[in-house]
Amino acid sequence: MQVRYAVDRGVKYVLLASALISIFIVFMIGALTVREGLPAFREIGLKGLLLGTSWRPQSGAYGLMPMIAGSIVVTIGAVLLGVPLALGCAIFLAEIAPDVVRGIVRPAIELLAGIPSVVYGLFGMVVLVPLIRKIPVPYNTGFGVLSASMVLAIMILPTVTNISEDAIRSVPRSYREGSLALGTTHWQTITGVVLPSARSGIVAAIILGVGRALGETMAMIMVIGNSVIIPSPLTDNLLTMALSQARTLTGNIAVEINYATGIHESALYATGVVLFVLIMIVNSIARLLLRERSN
Amino acid sequence: MIKEALTTSTPSAQAESNLGARYVGQRAAFGTLWVAGAITVVVLALVIGYVGSHGAGVINWEFLSTPPRGGLSGEGGISSTIVTTLYLAILTLSIATPLGVFAAIYLVEYAEEIRGAGGIIPKLVGIARFGVETLAGVPSILFGLFGYLLFVVAMDFGFSLLAASLAGASLILPVIIRTSEEALRTVPRSYREGSLALGATKWQTISNVVLPSALPGIITGIVLSLGRVVSETAVFYVTLGGTYKTPKSIMSGGRTMALHVYYLAMETRAFDKSMGTGAILIATIILINLVINLISRRLQ
Repeated sequence: MQVRYAVDRGVKYVLLASALISIFIVFMIGALTVREGLPAFREIGLKGLLLGTSWRPQSGAYGLMPMIAGSIVVTIGAVLLGVPLALGCAIFLAEIAPDVVRGIVRPAIELLAGIPSVVYGLFGMVVLVPLIRKIPVPYNTGFGVLSASMVLAIMILPTVTNISEDAIRSVPRSYREGSLALGTTHWQTITGVVLPSARSGIVAAIILGVGRALGETMAMIMVIGNSVIIPSPLTDNLLTMALSQARTLTGNIAVEINYATGIHESALYATGVVLFVLIMIVNSIARLLLRERSN
Repeated sequence: MIKEALTTSTPSAQAESNLGARYVGQRAAFGTLWVAGAITVVVLALVIGYVGSHGAGVINWEFLSTPPRGGLSGEGGISSTIVTTLYLAILTLSIATPLGVFAAIYLVEYAEEIRGAGGIIPKLVGIARFGVETLAGVPSILFGLFGYLLFVVAMDFGFSLLAASLAGASLILPVIIRTSEEALRTVPRSYREGSLALGATKWQTISNVVLPSALPGIITGIVLSLGRVVSETAVFYVTLGGTYKTPKSIMSGGRTMALHVYYLAMETRAFDKSMGTGAILIATIILINLVINLISRRLQ
């Protein structure tokens, strides 16, 4: 009896210590990145870093605007292309797919999630980029926002689908039965009862998708072209913006950190800080929305 | 409105015509959902089919059993990258799995009862929850920067398996915590109450009743993380060094299969060898998924 309770108490503190390690990691990531980025913030200034439109380390220009715009544009593209598909898939799997079909689609999504991002990048390089290059627009290289958004859309699909499906499945059976008993169709039950009950999980799924899109690095380097320009239309047609080359915040770090020194290196850590803050803003907005909706 | 409805049709007739419209809407909606499911499978088939069929040309025993020789056309095979991937996955998971599962158990089984109470521990737990949520959204390249600064430079591990696996463990920790938490939460309260009522302590209840029920969910989380480690490139791009030599100890640098795909495609434009490596990588992941599915099915 005594021993059992001693074990019980000991285990509790081991578990607590494990839980606290995550605080430590967040703290270290934040503190170290900010510390290394500080010289750049001091020397270039917050305004110069965030709003500067030119990034030329050779001549001492460190403006992050092109990369901020690049990251946001490809993420929006990925969400537009990927989220509707992912939600459709999640509802399909959780609500209407017959077991046989589910047995095909479910493992397919598991596999999509498992495929390494570099393989998607490679697929983008050898399949999507040559295909998009065929669109007859001057200066269209195939590398750019559209290729990047398409690759990202595939990459966030499993994340958004899996978590939304879990959320939909966790809605109690009695909710569905109650709704169906009132004479609604299955689709009305889905849109009127199941999805609203699962929305916190679905919003969380989309947030994680956006986070994954903003944070993707290698696949972006491989298909986006990496030119330091704010994505802009190539011709009078606004849609050609999708064919513009760009560079993401993540790509900026990965491409240059290997040879950067001094203030240049510090500016790359500052890029990391900006990326971190951007992600925090996205997550907070989503959390606010979540709270508002549940009230 | 009501008057109109009464004069135009009897209530039952109107309900019936409305029912028809509702079913048409349902059929259209379900059709769209079927298409969504189909697109997913087609995309997968395209990616795997293309990479697999182009990669198959270079895959043979020599490709698998010889290390890369470098050079501009990506000569040699991939044996050392397979070994590096294996070492790195084992190291990373053995650091992150116990930490993550323990943390999840604490957050689900213990933290709830002290929620809102005074003292330092509830506050720390609150911050820990926030920490897990924040970590889950942090891009992997930031874990790379962090790992580079802390483990490669500050702790002086250099470009090594040790530094890379510590950075990788930080990356997958929130994944394991979140999926384990979810799995633990699906265990019905009555199971716990039944066990406690029989006189078991809290830890006995957790280890004998709650954990076995939640195990398939927890294992799924670990598989997801394993896939993440094998797939991850950004973190290891900045912490592992990229040398294609076979690692001799945990202090050696290395190049994972995923990194090799990147180097071949971007630096030497050896697309066929790159796709060959990618195909092996995909095959590895299929194998992992199959094995784990088998295990979790048996446990259920």
